Amino acid sequence: MRYDVAIIGAGAVGCAIARELSFFKLKVAVLEKSCDVAFGTSGRNSAVCHAGFNNKTTSLMARFCVEGNRLMEGLCQDLGVEYRKTGKFLIGFDEADMRTLEALVEKGKANGCTGLQIVGMDAVHAKVPGVGGIGAMSSPNTAIFDTFGYTVALAENAKANGCDFYFSHAVKSVSEGPDPYRFIIDGAIEAKVLINSAGLFADKVSSLCGVDGYRIYPCKGQYYVYDKIADSTLQVPVYPAPRPGIGGLGIHLTPTIHGNVIAGPSADYQDDPEDYCTTKPVLDQLLSESSLLLGSLRPGQIIASYAGIRPKQAPPSQGGFMDFTIKAEQGRKGLVNLIGIESPGLTASVPIAMHVRDILIDHQRDFGLDMQARENPIRTRKAPVRFASLDREEQARLIKENPDYGTVVCRCQTVTLAEIKKAIDNVLGCRSIASVKYRAWPTTGRCQGGYCMTRIVAELMKSGLKAEEINLRDEGSNLFWGQAR
Amino acid sequence: MKDFYDVAIIGAGPAGLAAAKAASALGASVIILEREARCGGILNQCIHDGFGLMRYHRALTGPEYAARAIDELEGMRIDILTDAFVSQLVDNGDKKAIIVITRSGLLTINTASIVLATGCRERTRGQIRTPGSRPSGVFTAGLAQSFVNLKGMDIGHRVVILGSGDIGLIMARRLTLEGAKVLGVYEILSKPCGLKRNITQCLYDFGIPLETGMTVSRIIGSKRLEAVEVSQVDSDMKAIDGTARIIECDTLILSVGLIPENELASDLGVKLDPKTNGALTDAILQTSVPGVFACGNCRKVLDLADLVSRQAETAGANAARHALGLGGYEEAAELDVSLPKGWPEKDVINCTLCPRGCSIAFKDGKALGYGCKRGLEYAKTELVSPMRTLTATVLDSKGHCVPIKSSVPVPRSSLVLLRQALKSVRLADHHSGQVACTIDGIEFLSAENG
Repeated sequence: MRYDVAIIGAGAVGCAIARELSFFKLKVAVLEKSCDVAFGTSGRNSAVCHAGFNNKTTSLMARFCVEGNRLMEGLCQDLGVEYRKTGKFLIGFDEADMRTLEALVEKGKANGCTGLQIVGMDAVHAKVPGVGGIGAMSSPNTAIFDTFGYTVALAENAKANGCDFYFSHAVKSVSEGPDPYRFIIDGAIEAKVLINSAGLFADKVSSLCGVDGYRIYPCKGQYYVYDKIADSTLQVPVYPAPRPGIGGLGIHLTPTIHGNVIAGPSADYQDDPEDYCTTKPVLDQLLSESSLLLGSLRPGQIIASYAGIRPKQAPPSQGGFMDFTIKAEQGRKGLVNLIGIESPGLTASVPIAMHVRDILIDHQRDFGLDMQARENPIRTRKAPVRFASLDREEQARLIKENPDYGTVVCRCQTVTLAEIKKAIDNVLGCRSIASVKYRAWPTTGRCQGGYCMTRIVAELMKSGLKAEEINLRDEGSNLFWGQAR
Repeated sequence: MKDFYDVAIIGAGPAGLAAAKAASALGASVIILEREARCGGILNQCIHDGFGLMRYHRALTGPEYAARAIDELEGMRIDILTDAFVSQLVDNGDKKAIIVITRSGLLTINTASIVLATGCRERTRGQIRTPGSRPSGVFTAGLAQSFVNLKGMDIGHRVVILGSGDIGLIMARRLTLEGAKVLGVYEILSKPCGLKRNITQCLYDFGIPLETGMTVSRIIGSKRLEAVEVSQVDSDMKAIDGTARIIECDTLILSVGLIPENELASDLGVKLDPKTNGALTDAILQTSVPGVFACGNCRKVLDLADLVSRQAETAGANAARHALGLGGYEEAAELDVSLPKGWPEKDVINCTLCPRGCSIAFKDGKALGYGCKRGLEYAKTELVSPMRTLTATVLDSKGHCVPIKSSVPVPRSSLVLLRQALKSVRLADHHSGQVACTIDGIEFLSAENG
C-alpha cells in the first residue's frame, strides 16, 4: 500500500496528527503496535488538561500546553468527549512551597496562562474541605477530561476522513525506497513522509529510519484508583507545590470525569519501556502522600492500581523536564520526529499536530506532498450515549427507541447493552475488554468487572470472536484457552 | 404488574425468594425485582452439591436449591420481574419508590416495605492491593466459577488460589475436575477459612496443598499471567522479605472476601457497618430506614444458603407486618449454626450427611463420635473407599451448559476420569431431576434450575 504520510503510533498525539492531516487531500496511514488507540502513555496518566504554568517559558511545552488548554474545551465539544473545567489547586505546605507557588504564578503569566493567583486555605476548603497545607495557588483553567474517549474520537474523526489504521502492527523495519516513496515499512507499506509519534519507542523508530542519537528514558508513574467518591469528596484536582528536579508533578489527587479519584503518580526511572508493574514501596508511598493532601481518604476505598510511563528525554542524572523535540530531520528526507512527548503532551496534542501540519506545509515541495485542503472535511464526531448521565425522561425515551438501553450490563457504572454493542461495533475494531472499557467505561467500578465481564465476553463472542480470541488488553492477554463446544 | 405493592424485594437469590414466600404467606402483595434473566442468583453457578442439608434435609446442588425455593412460591400472589435493574430507591416517608430499568421502559414501583436481598460481591485484586503487573488470568473465584460452569470456558491450566474461603476451595476442585493442575492454595491467615468438609473434599481428595500464613506478594506477566510470587506474612499480614518464592502459573484465583452489596441501600440512607459494608439492622432485621429490611449476605455474609433462607423468612414476614400494620414482629434467630471450619483433624472423618457434621474417629477398631447409623456407615466407607457425588455441566444440543450430578455417589478415584468422559456428551432432551445421560453405567441427573 502507498501513502503520502505514515504515522507511527496511535496515542493522542499520533491520532491528533492523523486528524489534522485528514483535513487535507492526503493518503494517511497510522501504524500502531497495540490493538487499539491510547494503549500506551495516552491511556495511563492523570487525565488532566493542564493550564501550562509549569513549563519553561518560551519552551514548546509551555506554548503548546497553553494553546492546547485554550482549544480543548471546544475540541471536546466538537468530538463529543466528556470535559469539565474544574480548576486546580497547588497546595503549599511551608513557606518555601509558597515562594515556589508565587514564582509559578509569575512563570504562568509569562507563559500566557490567565487567572492564576495565590489563595488562602479558606478558598481551597470552600471547594475541597479537609485538604491540608498553609496556602495554595489556584489555576482556574485546568480541566479534567476523558482521555480515552478523546483519543478514540480523534482517531474516529481521522478515519471518517479516509485515514487508514493498522493495529497490532509493530514496525520492525524501515527501508529506503526510491523518491518519492522514500519509506518502505516492513516491506509492505510505502510512504513519502514518516511521522514518528511512537512515544516510548520514538528513539528506536528514529534509529530504524537511520537517524540515531535520541534516547528515551522511561520514567514510571504509579497510581491508585479510589471508588466513586469524587463527587462528595474531591471535585477539584489538588497537587502539592512542585519540588525541584522530580521530573513529575508530585503525587496529586485528581477527580476523574467518571467520578473516581486517582492518587499519583510517582516518578521513577527504569530501563524497560513496557514494565507497567506496580510495586509495594511506591504504592505505600502513594497512600501516605495522598493522605497528607486529604486525610479523609481511606485505603478501603481503593479499587485498583495502575502505572504509566513517561517517555522522557531528560536523563536520570539530570531529572526535570526537557523540551519536546519536534522536527523534520535533515539526515533523512521526509522523516518528522516527535521525541520526548511526555506531560503535557496530552493537553498539547492538537497544537503539536498543527505544528507538524505546518512542518509538512513548509516542506511539501521537498517531500513531494501536495497539501491541498479537503473540501468539507468532517471535523466533528457525535458523542456516544452515556445512559447513566441522562435524566429519567431521556433514559425512558432511549429504551423505547432501543430496548437494549433497558439492559444494564455494568452495574457499577450503569452501562447498558446498547452502549456495549456500540463500543464493540466501532469503526476501529474491537477484540479486547480494554477496547470496550475505553469506549463505554464498563469494568471500571468497585466490582472491577465481577458482574459485567461475563456479559461483555458474551457480546464479543456474538460479534464473531471465539473464546480464545478475546483479550483482556493487548494481543497475548487471552482470557481463555478455549471453550467447551 | 400493579402500581403499588405492600412489599418489594430486591434480589431473587435464596434471600429474596424466601423473603417473598414469608411476606406473601401473611397476605402481603409482593413483587420481586431481579436483574438477571432468571431467579436463583449466585446459586445458579454453584453447581456443586451440599446445599439444603438444613432446609430440605438432603444434599442439593445450587441450581436444585434455587429451583426448590422458586417452586415454593407457586400458587402465591407474587409478581416476579426479571431482567429488572433497580437503579434507585426513593424514600417518600411512609411509601418508597423504586426506579427500575427494564427492556420495556423505566418503571416506578411504589411500595410500603422494601426487603434488601442484594447479596454480596467479591473483593478484587485492586482492593487487596497486590503489586505487580495486570495480565489476564487473574480471576475472582466467583467470576471464574461463572465462566467455567455457565459458559464452559477453559480459563486456565496451571492454577494458584489465594484465599481458603469456601469459594476458593470449591474452585480448586472444579478446576481440577476440568483438567487443570491446581498448584496450591495460599491463605494469609494462620488457619484455613473454609469448612472442614470442603478442605477434605476439595483439596485433600485431589492432593492439593494448602499453606497458611502466606500471600501472593506479586503478580508477574505482561500479557497472560506467567507466575506469582508467594511470601510468608508477619503478624500484621505483611509479606516478609526474603521468604518469596516464584510459582509459574497461568491463572490466579482470588477468594479473598465478600463485601455486602449495599450501594442502593446507602443511597436511601440505610446505615452500614463501616467495617464490613453490611446493612445494619435491629433484632427484627429492619434497617435504620423504617420500612426497609435487610437479610442474607447484604446484611452479613453467612456460611450457608440455608441460613440465608431462614433469616430472609423473618425479614420478609416483618416487612409484610410493617406494610399491613400487623403487630407481632419476630426477632431473627441467632444463626450460629454452622458446619465446622478450619483444618480437619488428623484421623478424624467429618460427616457431611447432615448439618451436624459429626467428627468421627476410629480407635482400637471402635468408632467414636458418630451421631447416627448412617454417619457410622459414611465414616466406614470414607476409610476404605470414599464416595462422592460428581457434579459438572455438560452441553445440550444448543451449546448451553446444563448442570448435572451423578444419581449416586461414585468412587472418589473415578471423579476426574468421569468428568473428562462427560466432556464428549451432548444432551438431547433433558428434564430437571431426570436421567440426562449415562457414562460407564453411572446415571447422571439433570440438576437444572427450571
